[in-house]
Amino acid sequence: MTLLSLPFSQIRFARRVACVGLLALLALPAAAQFRVEISGVGATQLPIAVARFRDEDKSNQSPSAIIRADLERSGAFRIVDTGSGALDETARPQMSEWRGRAADALVAGSVARLADGRYDIRFKLWDVVKGSEIGGQSQAVEAADLRLASHRIADFIYEKLTGEKGVFSTRIAYVTRAGNRYTLRVADADGENGQVALNSGQPIISPAWSPNGKELAYVSFERQKAVVFVHNVATGERRAIADFRGSNSAPAWAPDGERLAVTLSRDGGSQLFSIGKSGDSPRRLASSPAIDTEAQYSVDGRYLYFTSDRGGAPQIYRMAANGGNAERVTFSGGYSISPTVSPDGRTLAYVTRAGNAFRLVVLDLATPGAQPVTITETSDDEHPSFAPNGRLLIYATRVQGRIVLMTTTLDGKIKARLPSQTADLREPVWGPYGR
Amino acid sequence: MNTLHRHLLTAVAVASLAACSSVKLDDAPVESRTGSTVVPGTGSGGANSASSSQTRVAPVDVTSTSNVSMSNLPRVVYFDFDSYIVKDDYRPVIEANAKVLSADRKRHMAVEGHTDDRGSSEYNLALGQRRAEAVVKSLTLLGAEQTQLEAVSFGKERPAVQGEDEAAWAKNRRAELASR
Repeated sequence: MTLLSLPFSQIRFARRVACVGLLALLALPAAAQFRVEISGVGATQLPIAVARFRDEDKSNQSPSAIIRADLERSGAFRIVDTGSGALDETARPQMSEWRGRAADALVAGSVARLADGRYDIRFKLWDVVKGSEIGGQSQAVEAADLRLASHRIADFIYEKLTGEKGVFSTRIAYVTRAGNRYTLRVADADGENGQVALNSGQPIISPAWSPNGKELAYVSFERQKAVVFVHNVATGERRAIADFRGSNSAPAWAPDGERLAVTLSRDGGSQLFSIGKSGDSPRRLASSPAIDTEAQYSVDGRYLYFTSDRGGAPQIYRMAANGGNAERVTFSGGYSISPTVSPDGRTLAYVTRAGNAFRLVVLDLATPGAQPVTITETSDDEHPSFAPNGRLLIYATRVQGRIVLMTTTLDGKIKARLPSQTADLREPVWGPYGR
Repeated sequence: MNTLHRHLLTAVAVASLAACSSVKLDDAPVESRTGSTVVPGTGSGGANSASSSQTRVAPVDVTSTSNVSMSNLPRVVYFDFDSYIVKDDYRPVIEANAKVLSADRKRHMAVEGHTDDRGSSEYNLALGQRRAEAVVKSLTLLGAEQTQLEAVSFGKERPAVQGEDEAAWAKNRRAELASR
């Protein structure tokens, strides 16, 4: 892989604040892959043109469409129409023309089949305003990895233009239900390229990625009760790590990847324990007469956030990762569940009940007295999970009677519905960088 | 155990159970209720009444034994929203099953807690667990042994009926007793 990189000024882009027009993007080819919904105006978005890659129609993928869709879904970009002119990474684009289209950045590339059957996919990224080249890459990949290569290009562009790591080449896991068939699936972050990790005739819930992105912990009911398994995604090797009397559930990996927090009822009630990833040395973390469950570690490993109804109704609490006194974190609403904390530890996302609706909210943990902000208008939101860069959340919700997966920016302004055919999609969880 | 002793125990147990209930028990005659409950498979018939013929072979069908003996037992306890109190309405369910378990210490049951489908999978799993444990406690108060019972939960994952209204939700907030 060759990597060209030139310095780039992000500041200039701030001058061009794009007002987002509702529905304006839905007509673009990029939106054909899934539906992007944009609400509100005034989002700061960088206008970018991504030309059709030369000869991309000779491959089984459409890299330019994948890249456009990734960038669009991130909420940080507005896609500018490229017109019909042909362009690739070797071109010397007329910058005045692209300025005329109000694009601040331009991407062009090509796909070429190699003698060994692989594909050489190349691209270049230009700063249109400055009239200079920012960088480019060439990747030789198998046909099956063309999507991944496209996501990596989107990651490159995202990082060069925003200064933050992109999450487009990461993976998600979720559970589909069709009749009595439950399937744990792993897919690209855009919901495409879904692969089956586990088929079962019994429910599967609460998948959780190991910090290295190689294993999934989850709860399976295949033994006629809730048992926690750890499952190597690449090999299919799996083991029950918590199969005690009663129910075993809610696995959450500690950041070191060696232990997990789980909820066990073996001593009565639903209580938090820490257990080794092989099922060794279970240790009780807290004792309460109430329900304590849905533990989530902060990324620095210092805290456990969890749901408890010790105050009468479920709310989110926080305690030191090794146990001890818990402090209440959420106060508004009579029912708050399913906490997930952003990688930088500054934002808590969870589901709260408002009337008969269960809505996804975000709470600024860094500002004392901050109030939660509702970021959806649906009424059955569930199971939020942060992207590893903390800029997007994935969650499940009911739309027209079906359970679908959505991604949203933290301000709720850019939402995308992940593709699905007929099954209900539930329990989404976003994997870490790397795979 | 003599009869008087057993009745006393039952009365104490029912009283303890009633303490968990919000419904007054004044008009609930304990003796007649227990007496009216039909429990198959615990009578004096069955294997003991087999013919004395020396050529007779007693057929055993392990695939259906538990189902047959359980078929007339009430198996479901329903709960109010966000509640795990075993209401007095379901005392006959608890009594009948506790009697079966007391009569045969080798018999085991799982009590499976369930919820309606609002809220998260995990919180509902914990609510279902609490319901199952409440039913287990009621059964042990009436003479079943803790070791005969396992409280488990399916949360909202196995609804009895589909639907997004109170009628459906009410049928899904339940605990089911299953032979194991």
